Amino acid sequence: MTTTRTPATTDSVPAPAGKSRGTLLSSLGGQNLSLIGALVLVLALFGLLNDNYLSLSNLQVIGEAATITGLLAVVQTVVIICGGLDISVGSQAGLASVVSAMVFTSGGSNPYLGMAAAIGVGLLVGVVNGVFIVYGRVNPTIATLAGLAAYKGVAQLVSGGRAQGYVLNDPLFVFLGRGKIAGVPVMIWILAVVALAVHVLLKYTDIGRNVYAIGGNDTAARLAGIDINKYLVAVYALIGVVAAVAGILLTARTGSGQPVSGSEGLELKAVTAAALGGCALKGGKGGIGGTLLAVALLGALENGLTVEGINTFWQNVAQGALLVAAVVIQQRRSGERAVGLPH
Amino acid sequence: MTTAGPQPPTAPHHPGEEISVENVTKRFGAVQALSGVTLSFPPGRVTALMGENGAGKSTLLKILTGDHQPTEGAILWAGRPRNFSSPHDARKAGIRIIPQEPEIIPHVSVAENVYAGALPRTAGRRLDRAELRRRITADLLRLGFEKVIHPDQLGSELTPAQRQLVEILRALTGDAKVIAFDEPTSSLSENEVEALFGLIERLRGRGIAVIYVSHRMKEIFRLADRIAVLRDGALAGVLEARDTDEGEVVRLMVGRDLSSLYVRQDVAREEVVLRLQGVTTDDVFDIDLDVRAGEVVALAGLMGAGRSELALALAGDRPLRAGRVSVNGRTLRLRSPKDAIRAGIGLAPEERKAQALFLHRSVRDNTSLVSLDRMRRWRFVRSRRERAAAQDYSDRLRVRTPSIEHEVRKLSGGNQQKVVLARWLLRKPAVLILDEPTRGIDIGAKAEIYRIIADLAREGVALLVISSELPEVLGLADRVVVMQNGRITGELSRSEATEEAVLHLAMADDLAPVAADRTLTDSADGDAR
Repeated sequence: MTTTRTPATTDSVPAPAGKSRGTLLSSLGGQNLSLIGALVLVLALFGLLNDNYLSLSNLQVIGEAATITGLLAVVQTVVIICGGLDISVGSQAGLASVVSAMVFTSGGSNPYLGMAAAIGVGLLVGVVNGVFIVYGRVNPTIATLAGLAAYKGVAQLVSGGRAQGYVLNDPLFVFLGRGKIAGVPVMIWILAVVALAVHVLLKYTDIGRNVYAIGGNDTAARLAGIDINKYLVAVYALIGVVAAVAGILLTARTGSGQPVSGSEGLELKAVTAAALGGCALKGGKGGIGGTLLAVALLGALENGLTVEGINTFWQNVAQGALLVAAVVIQQRRSGERAVGLPH
Repeated sequence: MTTAGPQPPTAPHHPGEEISVENVTKRFGAVQALSGVTLSFPPGRVTALMGENGAGKSTLLKILTGDHQPTEGAILWAGRPRNFSSPHDARKAGIRIIPQEPEIIPHVSVAENVYAGALPRTAGRRLDRAELRRRITADLLRLGFEKVIHPDQLGSELTPAQRQLVEILRALTGDAKVIAFDEPTSSLSENEVEALFGLIERLRGRGIAVIYVSHRMKEIFRLADRIAVLRDGALAGVLEARDTDEGEVVRLMVGRDLSSLYVRQDVAREEVVLRLQGVTTDDVFDIDLDVRAGEVVALAGLMGAGRSELALALAGDRPLRAGRVSVNGRTLRLRSPKDAIRAGIGLAPEERKAQALFLHRSVRDNTSLVSLDRMRRWRFVRSRRERAAAQDYSDRLRVRTPSIEHEVRKLSGGNQQKVVLARWLLRKPAVLILDEPTRGIDIGAKAEIYRIIADLAREGVALLVISSELPEVLGLADRVVVMQNGRITGELSRSEATEEAVLHLAMADDLAPVAADRTLTDSADGDAR
């Protein structure tokens, strides 16, 4: 980590006015700088090991592979800032993938119908999550853990556990999965648009301020007149919709509706990216920039390990280790004392 | 405490074993928390540590317990310099601090709580219950606590005083020589306070050096042998308790005249802004109250009288069961804080960190939050306007911060409170409710807050101030409304309001006078008047 901060103590005093760094650098923040450093390191390392790694085509492969994770990580960032968590995102994407392909096939090959159905299901699932968490007073981890199992089960039930439908006879799905605009894959454009929209929402609107406020101190947010329940349900609904978009892209990419393969484990990647990107799991802190950098880092690492022929089991180990490392670093920085169980 | 059982604390009194600090200075960045303090804590005596908030009491305690290291100076143990690099170090040396809320494991017995971490075991590493019972019984008998607590009681069944006793037992079984109490009575009831004092007196009798930090004059004079007063980080004096009185202690603590802090003015206008008629919630009953424009009404009463609950109900955070609230003649529907804010009611709540502030966000963010709806186009915050407004109010309230982009958690308590006030001033409410607006802040910031309240009154805001400090109530209020057990027991005009009259109403029914002293006049300022 490039910055050093003294841990916050209860009687800490105002630090002398911050050392003037360039506004660009300081707006990036220490966390993001270290991520950029790590990304450059990973790219350089695998670039040295393998000539093809830094080729344009491989970079596109990395980008495309990271897109679906990226979408889920972006919305995961929002819910974590709110002080929540959604570990059912992978299952939601899988369910949406199946629905989009099956409705497309049975609906007379109408791509719009398939996509609308998927997004509708995503919205429904998101609202259900939100309502359980807010009005059922269920811990978000538990509620979405239940969702992780249940939505995967529903996807397997409707699909019979197999890939369903075939969509690559439809130009729209082909465009989404394989098309390019200005030389950049459409999938990456979609991620860019979603990420930018969420970033603007968080940083420049009062909605975003309220999201940070809810995660930072829910009592104070309530007393400041913010309707917390409404916000939380809306955030989980947003996750459902974006997870459905991810599911549609999954379908477009693989050519058929995938109940499990392709979406399983995405929740881990999404949470890892958000934590690595600087989201405090207690809520109130984080941003889209850091998350996207973390997504790129994870994607570059995964691709590099694959290119070097490292066993995927090891890749899982690496991912778990990264998540823990990210959180440990965060806790160190927040100056939390190691007493009792962490919250 | 890894060896076979703790050493029983039999007469650990060695006359030479005295802890003291010598010329201790502590700086945090640019701020001098302690400067050149020299003070000893003799065994078998109770030394009270007094001072305003921010005078350096907790810093001194933390240096003794190894939480902080002195910037200059030394800790002396039996005349020789000792360096405690961590709290663990200090504990090993026999210095213990009894926290206000001791860590108690709820589902195990007192005996296991006391010996947690050093439980006697049989050869097979199983808990040796017989040995544990033998030891705890012996300890309780030897220390004379056998009537106060039973070894089989579960942690969850203990009263606050008993929880502190468990912590004391832990200290004694660890062969403590110095035991510090930091505001131990704040969560205790009257009987429990007596029980605790009994314990402390026995500790003194066993030759332990007791350090007692409290704001409560009555306790200090009841308990302490010596009174050490800190002011602005320096030792203002050490007094023998029997040779001094409250007045002298307060003069040492404050060093200036308190009555000059309050701004008196008569700006109350005729029109009633806030009107409560028969307001009833789960905690308060049948409240009738008017507050006029420019009027400062103080809500006085003992802790638990229902004042904060009434404030929360007016802020829309507690449901109304009956009655009407109106602002400027319009009856409100208060279903959520949003309704209250829209109707022009603002609340600076009792616990500013827990209920009002976003500690990791900037001064700007914290200031603008409830006014964002007035500075946005579509849903976009107009950042130039926001910055200008936040800067304006933080200048007006003299918030001491390097910039408005500074995180609020890095500010002092007084400046944090000013940020909360800035938030509401920016919103320009018709009614502002301030719940304990000066709790835990230093005297300079207090004076500034009084000035802000006076300014608001002049602008015609209807002010409802809740305070447990009687001098503050009397100094600020145009009118004092006293509550007890969720009901209004009386109302006093400024000329009628005296400490005696307010106290009389605050405990009109059933509470003992002692209890009133505890919650109403315990502050240093209280005794000053």
